[in-house]
Amino acid sequence: MREYSVLIGGQAGDGVRQAGQMVARIFNRLGYYVFGYDDYPSLIRGGHNFSLVRAAEKRVLNHNPEVDVIIALNKETVEKHAWRLNNNSLVIFDGREQIGVEGSKVLAVPMSAEVRKRRYHPLTRNTYALGIMAGALQIPLEILKDVVRSMLRKHVEENLELAELGYEEGKNHAIRRVEKLDNDPRPVLTGNEAVALGAAKAGLRFYIGYPMTPASSLLHYLAAHEDELNVITVHPENEIGVAMMAIGAAYAGARTMVGTAGGGFALMVESLSLTGQNEIPVVFVVNQRPAPATGVPTYTAQSDLHFVLNAGHGEFPRVVVSPGDVDEAFYLAGKALNLAWKYQVPAIILSDKHLAESYMTATFDESRVKPEEPVLWKPNGEFKRYLDTETGVSPMAFPGTPGAIVKVTSYEHDEYGITTEEPEVITKMVEKRMRKVKYIVEELKREETVKVYGEGETAIVTWGSTKGAVVEAAEKLGLKVIQPLYLEPFPTWAMEKALKGVKKLIDVEVNYGGALARLLKTYGIHVDAKILRYDGRPWTPHELEEKLREVV
Amino acid sequence: MTVVSLETYAENTWCPGCGDFGILAAAKAAIQELVREGTPLENIVILSGIGCHGKIVDYINVNSFYSLHGRVLPAATGIKMANPELTVIGFAGDGDAYGEGVEHFVFSAKRNTDIVLVVHNNMVYGLTTGQYTPTSPKGYQGKSTPKGSPEEPMNPIALALASGATFVARGYAANKKHLIWLIKEAVKHRGFALVDVLQPCVTFYNTFPYFSKHVYDLQEEGHDTSDFMAAMEKAREWNHRLEGRVPIGIFYKVEKPTFEEELLKGRRPRQMPYIDTVSHVLKQHI
Repeated sequence: MREYSVLIGGQAGDGVRQAGQMVARIFNRLGYYVFGYDDYPSLIRGGHNFSLVRAAEKRVLNHNPEVDVIIALNKETVEKHAWRLNNNSLVIFDGREQIGVEGSKVLAVPMSAEVRKRRYHPLTRNTYALGIMAGALQIPLEILKDVVRSMLRKHVEENLELAELGYEEGKNHAIRRVEKLDNDPRPVLTGNEAVALGAAKAGLRFYIGYPMTPASSLLHYLAAHEDELNVITVHPENEIGVAMMAIGAAYAGARTMVGTAGGGFALMVESLSLTGQNEIPVVFVVNQRPAPATGVPTYTAQSDLHFVLNAGHGEFPRVVVSPGDVDEAFYLAGKALNLAWKYQVPAIILSDKHLAESYMTATFDESRVKPEEPVLWKPNGEFKRYLDTETGVSPMAFPGTPGAIVKVTSYEHDEYGITTEEPEVITKMVEKRMRKVKYIVEELKREETVKVYGEGETAIVTWGSTKGAVVEAAEKLGLKVIQPLYLEPFPTWAMEKALKGVKKLIDVEVNYGGALARLLKTYGIHVDAKILRYDGRPWTPHELEEKLREVV
Repeated sequence: MTVVSLETYAENTWCPGCGDFGILAAAKAAIQELVREGTPLENIVILSGIGCHGKIVDYINVNSFYSLHGRVLPAATGIKMANPELTVIGFAGDGDAYGEGVEHFVFSAKRNTDIVLVVHNNMVYGLTTGQYTPTSPKGYQGKSTPKGSPEEPMNPIALALASGATFVARGYAANKKHLIWLIKEAVKHRGFALVDVLQPCVTFYNTFPYFSKHVYDLQEEGHDTSDFMAAMEKAREWNHRLEGRVPIGIFYKVEKPTFEEELLKGRRPRQMPYIDTVSHVLKQHI
């Protein structure tokens, strides 16, 4: 497989992330599938940030630790990442001094000095560096220029000039030629962007959020695209306000989603339980990061599975979906919103930093997601918000509907929505709500709820963003991969089918305890080995391959 | 002239003589008058928190949202922003609005959301059988403070003013006619309207005798409701100690753009169409 990897490193504030996205777009325009990983500490200026971009002929869902090009905006980048270089790598270094890196070519260009001399904005340096990279990889200059024009809003002319200047220098140090592939460029999205678009396509009207990494970019993205997506974004006083506003807006008839990380979701749990009692549909996006407490804010984890499955006092149905790439994020966000509204239950989209903020080539078919009709009250006769029906779903009406008095409540209640403490009514209403699970399951049986890759007697079970690295490693080793997309209701029927003929089951996750393995155990599925990490970093196929060889 | 019936079949479980009856009667009368004056009944939504006051939503036959303790205001804000045509009236207790939900209180005033908050301020937790609240006077001997509350009470009128509320008033549960007028004025006001209501708890803190003797009407004494400093001065005249005169009526009233106007900028969330495609946005990602 033809593939290329580029690392850009520098300080926070150097525009590393945007430069990485520009590299991804360059390769995208050359017909490659791309994946970009951003690694950054929780600070605004200084520190060490890097972006790793991988481009390949085939779909890739993770970065490659080995790189072909390092764009080092400072010396620290070279020191920290020299181990990633191979014998045919190139280091593009911002400086005059010639630094030695064993076995690799180093091209020291005083880019900052040149930018200062021209009195250009300091960030134009990145385009200069990309120009050198394009030259060294023999990528047509016009492609870089096109990316500059489409991505940058300010200092476009200066950037174009520096792209050309860099290109001329890079050309003289060509290390290889990146061939153009016969594919049209495709959209490159982060998990958060895919969730935003999937929800918008399913009729999202309000997105409400309080800033918290790695969910802030979801709020920012929808805020920036409000008018294009017909979504209204709100940033209230805290996460409790977020969740309660969402329930209010949904009660008034607007499809609403909120988003946060584990810590913010902890504050929303009281409201989640309210949705369990008052049956108002709300979608919660929970992007995991290492915890407990503040944890490691800008890194990744899969340690909130049991938290979201069990969050909220009392018993009530919920839907929990777990996307592993941007296509799944798009489809499942739409599905979560539709299921929430059709069954009047809370739905949780459980993601993580690695999916939420990494960018990758999207191939989804947007026509598969649209707003599905909820059960609405037809204005005939008396309206009862909690009418006991066969499916447990009561036809909805919203305030402002003539003839319908819409009473919702946090108390146990009768069909009309008036408080009750009568044992028969309590029993009836608990059963009405819990009955919905059966019908959600019936609908899910018509959906793809578990993904299976490859075949064989040894299978890896995994979830969320970890599937990217797992699938790639498993392909090399000839192993089967099983990935549940729904964690609640848990698709036992599809798991059973997926596990047919499997003699050895290996669990791969990013947490200490093996959360998925523990969940599987409750359904009578036992794993033979667990491969776990909990250092805030996602698995890469190369690391996994080694670990898998040990246990297979 | 027909009077719309607002009765429900829910059995009223408040203590006989409770100040909540006065607020219920005034709220019903205000709603009936609003409907008579042209507000469609289906466009009225009431909310409550948790506490004795909360039961009010079971006793009035209109759209309602029985919320959680302290959470009336964000739910009310969500309702109003999703459908600005609705008239949204929240009811809350003093522990509810000024304790558990005080952040929401400050922010709702700051935002100037066009909703009404009627606070059943009885200076005691009733439904949990008698503890001090944010507005109990210092030294109040409740079940959680048998040696007396160690804290000075909060001044919700001053807090509302400081937080940017554009309509700040106080009523008295025993003064029904005045309270109906206040609730209606609060509804008609465009922006966040606080009606703090002195609501004696006959079981745990019977303040009827004191208030009936000591309240006076700000409007009868010619208070200038457009003067912020005068409002602040009146707010500080009395703070929950059973001493001195107690001003009721409108402290402050000013027009400012509402949160919904600023947020929605003419958009009507319920009428906005669903998008057919996201391809125009996907193009930006190539």
